[in-house]
Amino acid sequence: MKVLVLGVNHKTASVEIREKLAFNGPKLEEGIFALRKLPGVREAAVLSTCNRVELYTCVHNTPAAADHIKDFLSSFHGLARTEFEKALFVHNGEEAVRHVFRVSSSLDSMVVGEPQILGQIKDAFDFALGKKTTGVLLNKLMKKAISTAKRVRTETKIAENAVSISFAAVELARKIFTDLAGKSFMLLGAGEMAELAARHLMNNGVKDVMVVNRTYARGCELAQEFNGRPVKFEDFLHELVHADIIICSTGAPTYVLNKEQMHKVMKERKHRPVFIIDISVPRNIDPEINKLDNVYLYDVDDLQEVVDTNIHGRKLEAEKAEKIIDEEVDKFLRWMSSLQSVPTIVALRQKAEEIKTEEIEKLKGRLPGLDEEKLKAVEYMATAIINKLVHPPTVALKEDTEDRDELIAMIKKLYGINGEEE
Amino acid sequence: MGIEIYLFEFALTFYFAASIVSVLELFKSTKTSSRIMIALAVIGFLLHTSNVVARYVISGHIPIANLHEASSFFAWCIVLIFLFLEYRYKIGLLGSFIMPIVFLVMLSSSMLPRKMEPLAPVLQSYWLGVHTVLAFLGDAAFAMAFGVGIMYLLQEHYVKSKHLGGLFQRLPSLQILDEINYRLITIGFPLLTLAIITGALWAESAWGSYWRWDPKEVWSLITWFIYAVVLHVRLIGGWRGKRAAILSILGFLVVLFTFFGVNFILKSKHIF
Repeated sequence: MKVLVLGVNHKTASVEIREKLAFNGPKLEEGIFALRKLPGVREAAVLSTCNRVELYTCVHNTPAAADHIKDFLSSFHGLARTEFEKALFVHNGEEAVRHVFRVSSSLDSMVVGEPQILGQIKDAFDFALGKKTTGVLLNKLMKKAISTAKRVRTETKIAENAVSISFAAVELARKIFTDLAGKSFMLLGAGEMAELAARHLMNNGVKDVMVVNRTYARGCELAQEFNGRPVKFEDFLHELVHADIIICSTGAPTYVLNKEQMHKVMKERKHRPVFIIDISVPRNIDPEINKLDNVYLYDVDDLQEVVDTNIHGRKLEAEKAEKIIDEEVDKFLRWMSSLQSVPTIVALRQKAEEIKTEEIEKLKGRLPGLDEEKLKAVEYMATAIINKLVHPPTVALKEDTEDRDELIAMIKKLYGINGEEE
Repeated sequence: MGIEIYLFEFALTFYFAASIVSVLELFKSTKTSSRIMIALAVIGFLLHTSNVVARYVISGHIPIANLHEASSFFAWCIVLIFLFLEYRYKIGLLGSFIMPIVFLVMLSSSMLPRKMEPLAPVLQSYWLGVHTVLAFLGDAAFAMAFGVGIMYLLQEHYVKSKHLGGLFQRLPSLQILDEINYRLITIGFPLLTLAIITGALWAESAWGSYWRWDPKEVWSLITWFIYAVVLHVRLIGGWRGKRAAILSILGFLVVLFTFFGVNFILKSKHIF
């Protein structure tokens, strides 16, 4: 049994592909059942957010299962394999575990340290748990992913990063506009970090909110969440005139706003200052726009730099976090291999039990006059003997040693157990 | 030496102390340091006010009759507006950009002849008070706009270049600097307009003609045009922020030339 993770995220795939592969609403339940029923897939969970679509599975044969899953994605989303295969990442075994831990600890996020991903992972696994598509392995993986994320959060300053980035954004907004209360704000696109920054702005008094999304329905959802009004993507240039603060995170592969368009907007709004935060990777707003008077454009790197001047040794914190993850991956793998010895232990015990019943039957044949009471005493003795004999190898198998694989093989050979692995 | 001289020297000393503290505040400021700066400025201002009153009592006319008195009164007006803004808006570091200007104006005033001479008959008119007070209050508003404009450009530079070090944290927001800059010009402009009108009326009663193409008059008119343009482009073309700040800085340089330059370089009927 191996952990296999397969999916796309903001680093590997454009927003178009991510959107096409997304498991939204009812698709999630349907998809998770279909995934679980694929040949060779024993456990399954699906994480689908704006920045990533990841399938977590436990499989017997990795390459074969990966192939099945790709076919499934293709047929489920009605997308040719060639369209998304290049953007797909596939991790198995140790790499898969590490990947899950890095995602939950927010080391894989667009803005390292943003806290929402942990909740999203929890939700994804809880959903799978509720649908009974997960088992021992993924349940443990989820628990460990959460505890690792918590360790990273408490033992390093990584989490401060995202918070500081949105604080930096608010601080900047305050140095451009005195009072944020009367300002209008446009959320262009969606995303973990964008929403976090949006919340921060709103906590600081911004009330008038416009939400633009390529998918209008999603925009409406978000608008409700932020108490704002949805704006159709086609209309956003029109509405831009009213926005004092813009947070952009559309994930489009090119610029959605260029200098000329912004110049027009500025004329229309009589050059009242605009603060634009472009969180998208790759950038969605032409950096040239910053050259316009009264337009202040910051992208993620700019904000990161602002934060870096405040927080020293962010790199050190990242290294610390990676170390924690290494430790936890190690622990998990050891637990997994201890799981491997379970079938051997069971087989060993079974073998002993078989010998016992066999021998007792033989005894009954040889000593027909044996009364119930004496037979029980003999049975008791036999059980005691096999227990005592089986105990030390059982302990040895359960023990966490490096040569466990060899041990398992040796015991199988010594006791004549046929290697039939679960 | 009369008491008014002492009052002047003390006021100058306090302004000097205030501007030293205000400059030090650029490097490190605390609540205490800004309180000390304001306290020094207030004491200086009270002494300065007493000096102006004393000169009025002694000479019997508005003490704006020579270049010394005029620049002293100019400084007084700047401090007046500064203290008002400080009281009203509590803008961080405003003093650091204003008090040194005040001190320099006072210093130049201290170096000019201070003798109180009887007023020439032509100047003996209530127009003197009205015209000069209006002119200097207007100029003082422009001086403040100059300081605020510099603060704006500095803060704008920090935000635009994304290097948020230096004074970024302590300088106020761009919006408020721009707003105050605009307000000051909307105060200064009508004052200057009225000063020019009262000047013309006074000239008519003293010399028989409203306008004589005196260099002072010409330069005042140039100043007036500059600020008229500042207001016009702001209201019509939406020239705010950086451009407005630059224009208000240029405007004040012209004000300074009109005030000092014209007297030293060009010949003018105006004593100041």
